Amino acid sequence: MTASAVRGRTRVVVLFAVLAVALVVVSVVSAGAGQYGLPVSDVLRALTGKPLADPFAEGALWAVRFPRVVMSLLVGAVLGVCGALMQGSFGNPLAEPGVVGVSSGAAVGACLSIVFGWTFFGAFTVPGTAFAAGLVTTFAVYALSRSSGRTGTVSMILTGVAVNAVAGAVVALLMFIGDQAAREQIVFWQLGSVAGARWSYVWVAFPLVAVTALASLLVARRLDLLALGDRQARHLGVDVERLRLLVICAVAIGVSAAVSYAGIISFVGLVVPHLIRMIVGPGHQVLIPASLLGGAVLLAAADLLARTAVQYADLPIGMVTALIGGPFFFWLLRKNRTKAGGWA
Amino acid sequence: MIAAEGVSVRLGGALLVDGVSVELRVGEVLVLVGPNGAGKSTLLAALAGDLPVAGGRALLDGEPVQGWRPVEAARRRAVLPQHNPVSFPFDVRSVVEMGRAPWRGTEQEDDDDTAVAEALRDTGVEHLVDRAYPTLSGGEQARVALARVLAQRAPAVLLDEPTAALDVRHQELVLSLAHRHARSGGGVLVVLHDLGLAAAHADRVAVLDAGKLVAVGPPAEVCTADLLSAVYRHPVEVFPHPRTGVPVVLPVRSREEQECLS
Repeated sequence: MTASAVRGRTRVVVLFAVLAVALVVVSVVSAGAGQYGLPVSDVLRALTGKPLADPFAEGALWAVRFPRVVMSLLVGAVLGVCGALMQGSFGNPLAEPGVVGVSSGAAVGACLSIVFGWTFFGAFTVPGTAFAAGLVTTFAVYALSRSSGRTGTVSMILTGVAVNAVAGAVVALLMFIGDQAAREQIVFWQLGSVAGARWSYVWVAFPLVAVTALASLLVARRLDLLALGDRQARHLGVDVERLRLLVICAVAIGVSAAVSYAGIISFVGLVVPHLIRMIVGPGHQVLIPASLLGGAVLLAAADLLARTAVQYADLPIGMVTALIGGPFFFWLLRKNRTKAGGWA
Repeated sequence: MIAAEGVSVRLGGALLVDGVSVELRVGEVLVLVGPNGAGKSTLLAALAGDLPVAGGRALLDGEPVQGWRPVEAARRRAVLPQHNPVSFPFDVRSVVEMGRAPWRGTEQEDDDDTAVAEALRDTGVEHLVDRAYPTLSGGEQARVALARVLAQRAPAVLLDEPTAALDVRHQELVLSLAHRHARSGGGVLVVLHDLGLAAAHADRVAVLDAGKLVAVGPPAEVCTADLLSAVYRHPVEVFPHPRTGVPVVLPVRSREEQECLS
């Protein structure tokens, strides 16, 4: 092994170690923080199954804080992974899950059930319709952008733009015809939040996120080849159409699940893979698991900030991620532009 | 190895390749020449299985190329397209290692390291292995892309203008690599613009014009002043090299002509 390969491997090991430690620290701190603050020792004590002195604190921890932290980890992880999947499968560093209409489609589904007051799935109606609409929209974009059995990257992204515009218009229309309460709920949902997370939601989201994560690890090696271009990847034996369909299914399932419980949280899917790539390079076998951990850490940290930045206020998490992430991301890109050869 | 049997290709209604039959045989370097828009790259893309044929058959080892599973086709033929951008900053070694993808899970996987090392050495890019591909110059990128194709170690190799971005030394290097590959039991189909290179290095030359095959044969037979002048719609001179006798092809330059006349 050359010296540079050894250096690269060391970086990967260090990155995973740092992410793992950060994940634990952020989760524990986040579970303890909030309007009813708990010391870290209490959180750790509760995690090991021992009863706390204060039964109210223990109840709050298990019924409110833990599911919220776990949900933020799940949603962050799936957004990070799906960002890496989208950027890899389109060979475009600007791609993010929203490109194929999954978020805007889910928004339409959620708004429909909010405005018309559907309750056929009880508490799961809004997330359920959001999930279904996210899937349907993604496959519609995929089907519309296919021509003669192939999906061009540009045609898919442009179809996504068109579908996103239509979905945005439908959401606007629904806000227009909805009443005051519905409007408020829609706005809140579009800003994103993991505030209402419960264990029952976590158990529904978890298998969907797991499916996406497993699928992404399976396709990681082949995604590297797509960086050469569709033609070149095909010359190297990749069934490009099948690979892209698999990726889109994984993204649709994972992001629909995330969006339906947490609303629209922009930016995580875009920024996390970029950050990871700057540290350990673009190889997907490292990028995808690292984006999973990185997304989880980032969103858990953002949720912690959203709950604690302003007293007695639970800020929308999507606003937090975009407000802090945007300028930071721009600064990083400027810094790395020359080194990496363009905006990659 | 690779054969076009009356291949026609249509793109957006236009007939770009019109009933072309030509075969790449084991052990030869077959050079495809022709003016801009003659259909060289389109024919190559059809033979690579990138474009569907509107008529005729594009064959790889006797079977229609689009009938092969992609990975099976990749073990039989390697392709170097004209443009080879890489969308993320992969380093040069990773890009060349991608050429080994078709052999994953086979016995040949054991040759990965030697195949990559040899390809890096042959194309003279060993000193670039740790550089990010997007930061390389055009000529360096072209050689790395070629290294990726060589590392694939497929018997049949299709190269679309591999010398376009290269200096004289590396142009000669690429074509001598093509020769070596052909002599060791492979076959190489190369699209070239430089008629001098084509005449000097081809075992056979195929001339395309407006989608049709005009001539195919050894350079001495095909590279004649009359034929090339007609195809390129520009006067071309061909004369034997004073030392080697290899045909030298030169366009008539209008300025020289004027000076001769005056």
